[in-house]
Amino acid sequence: MIERLMALTGYDEISFWIVATAALVNIACGILGCFLVLRRMSMLGDAISHAVLPGLAIGFIVTESRAMLPMLLGALAAGVLTALLTQMIHRYARVPEDAAMGVVFTSLFALGVLMIHRIAHDIDLDPDCVLHGILEGVAFEKGLGDVMPRPTFNMLIICVLTVMFVCLLWKELKIVSFDPALAESQGYRTNLVHYLMMGMVAGVTVAAFEAVGSILVVAMLIVPAATAHLLTDRLALMVVLSAFIGVVCAVLGRDAASRMETSVSGMMAVVSGGIFVVAVLFAPRHGYLLKVLRQWGLSLRIVQEDCLALLYRWQEGSPGKALTAGHAVAALGGGAYPRIALWLLQRDGRVRAEFGGVALTEKGSTQAQTLVKSHRLWETYLASLGLPPDHVHAPADRTEHFLNEAILRDVAEQIDHAQVDPHGRPIPKRDASRVNLEKRK
Amino acid sequence: MFGAHYNTLLVMAGTGLLGLVSGVVGSFAVLRRRALMGDAVAHAALPGICIAFMILGDRNFWAFLAGAAASGVLGVLCVTWLRAHTRIKDDAAIGIVLSVFFGLGIVLLRSQQNHPNAQGAGLQNYLLGQTAGMVMQDLLSIIYVCAGVLTMLLLLYKEFKLLSFDREFSRVQGWPVLLLDILLMVLLVITTVVGLPAVGVVLMAALLIIPGVSARFWTDSLPVMLVLSAVFGLLTGVAGTVLSAVLPSLPAGPVIVLAGCAIFLFSMFFAPRRGVFSRLIEQLKLRSATARQNLLRSMYEINEPRLPDSAPVTLEELVASRAWSRAHALRLLSDAQSLGHVAPSGSGAWSLTPAGLKAATAVVRTHRLWETFLIQHADIAPDHVDRDADQIEHVLSSDLIAELEARLREDGRLPDGVSPPASPHEIVKRAAGRVRPGGAA
Repeated sequence: MIERLMALTGYDEISFWIVATAALVNIACGILGCFLVLRRMSMLGDAISHAVLPGLAIGFIVTESRAMLPMLLGALAAGVLTALLTQMIHRYARVPEDAAMGVVFTSLFALGVLMIHRIAHDIDLDPDCVLHGILEGVAFEKGLGDVMPRPTFNMLIICVLTVMFVCLLWKELKIVSFDPALAESQGYRTNLVHYLMMGMVAGVTVAAFEAVGSILVVAMLIVPAATAHLLTDRLALMVVLSAFIGVVCAVLGRDAASRMETSVSGMMAVVSGGIFVVAVLFAPRHGYLLKVLRQWGLSLRIVQEDCLALLYRWQEGSPGKALTAGHAVAALGGGAYPRIALWLLQRDGRVRAEFGGVALTEKGSTQAQTLVKSHRLWETYLASLGLPPDHVHAPADRTEHFLNEAILRDVAEQIDHAQVDPHGRPIPKRDASRVNLEKRK
Repeated sequence: MFGAHYNTLLVMAGTGLLGLVSGVVGSFAVLRRRALMGDAVAHAALPGICIAFMILGDRNFWAFLAGAAASGVLGVLCVTWLRAHTRIKDDAAIGIVLSVFFGLGIVLLRSQQNHPNAQGAGLQNYLLGQTAGMVMQDLLSIIYVCAGVLTMLLLLYKEFKLLSFDREFSRVQGWPVLLLDILLMVLLVITTVVGLPAVGVVLMAALLIIPGVSARFWTDSLPVMLVLSAVFGLLTGVAGTVLSAVLPSLPAGPVIVLAGCAIFLFSMFFAPRRGVFSRLIEQLKLRSATARQNLLRSMYEINEPRLPDSAPVTLEELVASRAWSRAHALRLLSDAQSLGHVAPSGSGAWSLTPAGLKAATAVVRTHRLWETFLIQHADIAPDHVDRDADQIEHVLSSDLIAELEARLREDGRLPDGVSPPASPHEIVKRAAGRVRPGGAA
């Protein structure tokens, strides 16, 4: 089956195991990372990946061998201890959570370095190995006959455990992530869920640490989850997306790294950063560019509507006199937006040029009438709530753009279908031509 | 002899000064809830160092610093931008910058390793630092940075103070908060970068966080905290260096962090007001004072119909009036006896002594005054006040009581100077053994 997969993906054996191992790590980290990011505890992955060092050292000292299991257990204990100590210092000594975390993990790390230095001179702690793990050489770590390398097998188990953990505790994790207070009041054991979660993070961190090194673990716990968080508002989708992004990082990262002949896990972290940047800019709802575009669109719509209302009021106040385009732009605050707005209005026939000035067309005038009606209804409504007449214009000026037909009907009823606004100007009536316009929409 | 110690002295001066300046800068970071920013900056500096190396191809000390500072500042700007313009939260933004920048650094470092001069770039030194290898140039750069950063902080002290405690207020006051925020972070970056060669990434993070957090336990005043933090930082550096010089097998970096950790632990447990022990003592004191007052009030209220005679109260009556066990009630009674408030009057009954009656009168008076106040001025229903008053009566200051009395006297609700006003609600007799949460009456 593995041969077939290899043939399907077109990788040689070495690359295949690199990508497979990294993908398994990234899936496990991506899934757990979602909950860390949502609970605003992203830095815990970083903290744990540093703080496991004394655990590894103790595991080594107790057994005097580099056997996997004792070191894993020691590291797991150290990881959970980090979370526990952080919480305790935060709760009982009232130190801010991030500072508490900083104190705990740096101290544990220092302790670990000392232990390794002092007691286990022969242990080979190469920082290079801590950072990258053994990812490049993973295919040579034979463990399980010839089926798959040992680190890959370990990660497969961890990955399956992670998926099971999240599926089994889905409801609990969800409620604890979004509303711990509610969870507590509903009788969920939030502390238990928290520490189980921390144990899981520590386990994944430690297991992945050996296989791919700490950079990739920290990156994969945070970056794909944050990317997925930008792309969706649904937790289930976020978890799936985050795991998927992790796999994409593994594939693309390996490609780029082999092309540039550089660190594979470092490259995977960089790729995840690249994907994150793309998501930050182009995500549909929460992306920066589309948000800016939406804001521009809204500003432009509001300026257009203000322009229509301005021309309507001008015609109401001094019928027959033309308002020059320059004056109109100046009255709307000047700058680029009003010019573009006026140009757009003329282009789609809501405003026409007339005797050296601009005026509303039939179509424009209907829309303008609705706006002015919204404005004056809202002013009257605010005045009826007790706001002084000289305070009602500004809020109405903002609200007029967002009132729909149903709200206007309600408001008109609230103020007993008053005819004039607080400034004594008439509130425009619903008329036939506008009804036609509504129907056409 | 001096020659043998020259290097130790140099290292001591270097680490001491580094501790001092990072203690001061770190205090602001801790107060701004940016404790982990130092960690992120330290990691984010790596690609800058690599790029400086790629451009100059040589180990130029100042070029490395400039490169590190540039990419550190870029990292800080990324975190600031992400927080301001996307839904990414502080912790995730810090984690993303940390892991992606560091991954990029590793990628660049690895791809440079074929370069003839590359071995010197020393990843190990970058991670763990090489404190013992500090030379005059390192010390000089630390001195320059120390002087520069401290001058800057002194000049902008007022602004940074405002920023740290009330960002919104300082914005409203017209300070360029974003600029100040970034400036503060730039100072952090400079401090971090200059410390990297000496103590490495993780230990630099510790130097930034630990002195500030420790100093916070001792004081509520910013200048005191800054001075303390500087002293703690200095002590940390010097003590760590001395220890590692005395015990030559210990590397200095981790020992420095552990020295800081010791200062932190001492502060956390033994600081006078905010320390864990003194808070524990305060709590116990409050609890026993509350219990004592509750006992006096119960005895008074049971006795009330028979006043001014002080009739004996049986243990059964007492237990019935409160959610106390017999043992607890007996313990309270013997405490009160040693204070001379109650005296046994045979056959398992106790009565208030004249001194006890006086104290009980004061307690009951406070309770009822507060109840009356709640009913009169806070519109709380008479059957709800007992519980509220029960919680607050023990902590009312004498000023507040005097004010309450004055108010109630104005309302004509204060009967006379000494005896308590009548209870505004019926005093409920409870069945024995009925337990109410918190033991409140």
